[in-house]
Amino acid sequence: MEIFAQQIVNGLVLGSIYALVALGYTMVYGILGLINFAHGDITMIGALVSLTLVQLLAAAGLPAPVVLGLAACGAMLVCAALGLSIERVAYRPLRRAPRLAPLITAIGVSILLQYSAALVWGKQYISLPSIIEPVRFTLFGAQMTLLQATIFLLACTIMGGLLWFIKASRMGRAMRATEQNPDVAGLMGVNTNTVIAFTFLLGSAIGAIAGLMVVLYYGIGHYFMGFMLGLKAFTAAVLGGIGNVAGAVLGGLLLGVIESLASGYIGDLTGGVLGSNYRDIFAFLVLVLVLVLRPSGLMGRHAGDRA
Amino acid sequence: MPETLLSVRGLEVAYGGIRAVKGIDLEVRGGELVALIGANGAGKTSTLKALSGLLRPAAGRIDYDGTEVTGKPAYHLVRQGLAMVPEGRGVFPRLTVAENLAMGAYVRNDKPAILRDLAHAYSLFPRLAERRSQLAGTLSGGEQQMLAMARALMCRPRLLLLDEPSMGLAPLMVQKIFETVRAVAAEGVTMLLVEQNAKLALETCHRGYVMESGSVVLADNAAALLRNPQVRQAYLGE
Repeated sequence: MEIFAQQIVNGLVLGSIYALVALGYTMVYGILGLINFAHGDITMIGALVSLTLVQLLAAAGLPAPVVLGLAACGAMLVCAALGLSIERVAYRPLRRAPRLAPLITAIGVSILLQYSAALVWGKQYISLPSIIEPVRFTLFGAQMTLLQATIFLLACTIMGGLLWFIKASRMGRAMRATEQNPDVAGLMGVNTNTVIAFTFLLGSAIGAIAGLMVVLYYGIGHYFMGFMLGLKAFTAAVLGGIGNVAGAVLGGLLLGVIESLASGYIGDLTGGVLGSNYRDIFAFLVLVLVLVLRPSGLMGRHAGDRA
Repeated sequence: MPETLLSVRGLEVAYGGIRAVKGIDLEVRGGELVALIGANGAGKTSTLKALSGLLRPAAGRIDYDGTEVTGKPAYHLVRQGLAMVPEGRGVFPRLTVAENLAMGAYVRNDKPAILRDLAHAYSLFPRLAERRSQLAGTLSGGEQQMLAMARALMCRPRLLLLDEPSMGLAPLMVQKIFETVRAVAAEGVTMLLVEQNAKLALETCHRGYVMESGSVVLADNAAALLRNPQVRQAYLGE
């Protein structure tokens, strides 16, 4: 029972990070019908930029909250600019091309980002200087650190804020209108190019925060870390129903919990043959099952609604 | 004679290499109600799409309110008061009725006036008021057409382009929509109306243009067109 509670807590924390990354996939898919495979790597850039900033600022002797705040702002700025540029240079010229073209371009952008990062940061693992003392407390019989709690609460705040923004703001309404019918949104006075660019900016900035969270959570960063993170977040988006923002939140949290529970029990289940290092299997098992059983996802519109 | 609000010279619209509109001229003056009629595939919708900025013309010149607007995008034109109700209504199905109307006022930020216009729209279409928090996709075809018109009015257009407002509607609803067209015209909105229901369109409008395979073949007063034997035979089923 203790393992169960512990894995639920771990899963929710991890899942809230997946959910933040999944938002970037789902928002872009919703508005363009494009799976932006470079999004995981934008998150990676956010992670590495914040790592570097934390290293520099901590060396300068600033207090930890200031270091983290500045690192978050820096990573968000870099990722937002990156997301905007990628949209402008790589995707916008292909807006009316067959759907395969932007998809392949996205994979190309992903590889480009990975190897650019390898050039800048090298191919070795980069570790985070220890700037926060672990503070532990017990919640429902599970151990939790202050860092975990902060990650989870911050992620929930960002997700809640985003849902509210899309629901209630003028820009959010324009985003939904553009998603449903870009031509008519144009007739209403919406500059759909601006809306699409803004969607990339928003998703990338949120991805940057997720990158910083991953770095804080695992303590390391690497030029290839965006690959697995991106695939899992994509799985989370598909699980929730790709294109659906609330679905991405649900899918991310659920995937985190599934993965944590599975890695907690996999040893018992397989009689010790497989260890928790096989945890990644479960994310993709979930992906396969969703695609076979319910391709539109938990909260998605039924398949066929969208061409 | 009132000033010319919209003037079109030699307009061509092409899809790939195929010309759907082959160099037409037309003109709409302030306060007028003008019909553009013709058979399916005559190029009416393509013409409207070019005028509203949804399609870039292949050739020709469009002047609106005294300035050239050829090739200007739709989001720019609606800020000048040129709005369109597209064919098939184009409501946002997963936005509520109220949100659709708010999208209509997207280019405005005079909140008190928007609220007044919203109240006016609801009084013009009480059905929409009843259903304001319902998703637009759940409305009937006629209700969606009302919503599309109410939404277009929310930007306070000076020129409203209407594409096939009667399409797919029951006869009673068609009557209701045309009553609304007349009511809106009475408020001083100039309109260019594309319609397959030629009789109703010509009875409602002041003037009309007849299009055939991409060209304007007749242009006259609506009353004269209604009496024209060619029109009567081809479009009024006589």
